[in-house]
Amino acid sequence: MTRRAVARALVYLSLIAATLVVLLPLGVVLLTSLKTENETANGSGALTLPHDLLNFHNYVTAFRDGGMLTAFGNTAFILVVSVGGTVLIGSMTAYAIDRFTFRFRKLVIALFLVAALVPGVTTQVATFQIVHSLGMFDTRWAPIALYMGTDIVSIYIFLQFVRSIPISLDEAARLDGANAFTIYRKIIFPLLKPAIATVVIVKGIAVYNDFYIPFLYMPSQDLGVISTSLFRFKGPYAAHWETISAGAVLVILPTLIVFLALQKYIYNGFMRGATR
Amino acid sequence: MAHAHTHTPAHRTEQTNSEAVKPVSKRVAPAPAPRRARTWRLLTPWLFLLAPLALLITFTYAPIANMVAYSFTDWDGVSPELHYTGAENYTEIFTREDLFQVFWVSGYYLVASVIQIVAALYFATILSFSIRFRNFFKGVLFFPSLVNGVAIGFVFLYFFQDGGTFDTVLGLFGYHTDHAWLGTPASANVSLAGVSIWRYLGMNFVLFLGAIQSIPGELYEAAELDGAGRWHQFRYIILPGIKPVLTLTVILSVSGSLSAFEIPYIMTGGATGTETFVIQTVKLAFQFNKTGLASAAAVVLLLIILLVTWVQRRLVPDDRVDLV
Repeated sequence: MTRRAVARALVYLSLIAATLVVLLPLGVVLLTSLKTENETANGSGALTLPHDLLNFHNYVTAFRDGGMLTAFGNTAFILVVSVGGTVLIGSMTAYAIDRFTFRFRKLVIALFLVAALVPGVTTQVATFQIVHSLGMFDTRWAPIALYMGTDIVSIYIFLQFVRSIPISLDEAARLDGANAFTIYRKIIFPLLKPAIATVVIVKGIAVYNDFYIPFLYMPSQDLGVISTSLFRFKGPYAAHWETISAGAVLVILPTLIVFLALQKYIYNGFMRGATR
Repeated sequence: MAHAHTHTPAHRTEQTNSEAVKPVSKRVAPAPAPRRARTWRLLTPWLFLLAPLALLITFTYAPIANMVAYSFTDWDGVSPELHYTGAENYTEIFTREDLFQVFWVSGYYLVASVIQIVAALYFATILSFSIRFRNFFKGVLFFPSLVNGVAIGFVFLYFFQDGGTFDTVLGLFGYHTDHAWLGTPASANVSLAGVSIWRYLGMNFVLFLGAIQSIPGELYEAAELDGAGRWHQFRYIILPGIKPVLTLTVILSVSGSLSAFEIPYIMTGGATGTETFVIQTVKLAFQFNKTGLASAAAVVLLLIILLVTWVQRRLVPDDRVDLV
């Protein structure tokens, strides 16, 4: 074998190894979720196949007793409202900053910029007091307000796009008598579609997966989102790995489906989203 | 960064923007506008900024200000009583060994992020060249970064169990053990840091991949004609080409390592020496009602992260930061 062929083989070997490292833990959980209580209890080993590959009993238990229906409902509500809010707020901010010259414009920009440097986790102790004093603690509005209020990344993404919309479009509309709100609503917002798609994807996945904020701000059982509801499995099902696994698969599955369906957009979205 | 190269056109539009605005306002209002119309025009941008600024101040700046104020008090977060204690909380953080030891735990995550960046760079480089099943490998490597943190925590709790998957796999390679991977501080922290590599590698990988793909292809062709091998192409084309993303990743990794929370909290709850800075702060504030002390801890973390950011900006000046 030539040196080049050896190098090529090593490259493939490393990729296969990485694939195994990623897929093995997930695959084992999928197998476990299909096992019966006896099978997990008698220690037959994690890598053995379940007797019945179509045993969905654990999924029923996890879905019903784990309150997953409420959890998906709460998550969907918070997701829709806060992602919608983020799109509106981000695009309005970007429009105002890019298309107007006004006093304190530089200061406003600086305020948004500096906020991007402050990691949300560090201020949570004090944020908690504010959320509490606004009467939003233990309601679905606490996470919604926090998700909408701190998203600098989406403002940045919108700004990039607003900038690329030719200003002559605004001018033409202005000559036709359109005011700033009409221009925003009829010209800017519709042209922001690619940016909106990006923000919806990045923000949507972040909200769907977030644990910290709902965990701190919505302790009530019936306000559980999928993260916190799944986290609660730890108590009652402590030794029932087949149920916990089913719960985990239930939470991962929607992500997998969305990922497979929108792969291209998701890659693009994350490349834009993480480059603040 | 993926759009580092879009910078020049952006500047151009900015210029045409300011040039174009003036004649327009002249055209729209040739005669001195009535006072009401003028006030209206001055107000317009602020109407758009009303909600965003209100949220920004309420949920970012007010908390920071309050947090600094709390950090000098002994407030418990509930009672109306609150005493000014000076720098006492800060002295406590830096002198009480049990409070300070969380910083050593960050070390595990820092080492993990170095491994993660190197691995992500390696995979991004090899997958940017033509390779069979490229999209499959891309998807597999990236997918974990989309998965719910609690689910990941449970997946790996099961994985690291006594006689669990990890032990079984090691058994296949002839290394038979029945080890409690989360049972001693060192092995628990190594395991948790490993999980965080598993979780975040794909994100860095995709960022690097995007940056590498934005390097013009002719550069490789030219290099190949000059007889440069893969290593030289990496060293002299890819590495300089993705420098902005690389530095951004480094700083995000440092602040991420310092503020590690989800994985250790979900998997061990901070037991067996795996307590991180954020877990400790959350416990101080919400379990032991030591809001003052917790605020001081948060201020320390914030200062460290801002310091790291500042140092990085000084070392690698990056013009991309300007928002407009």
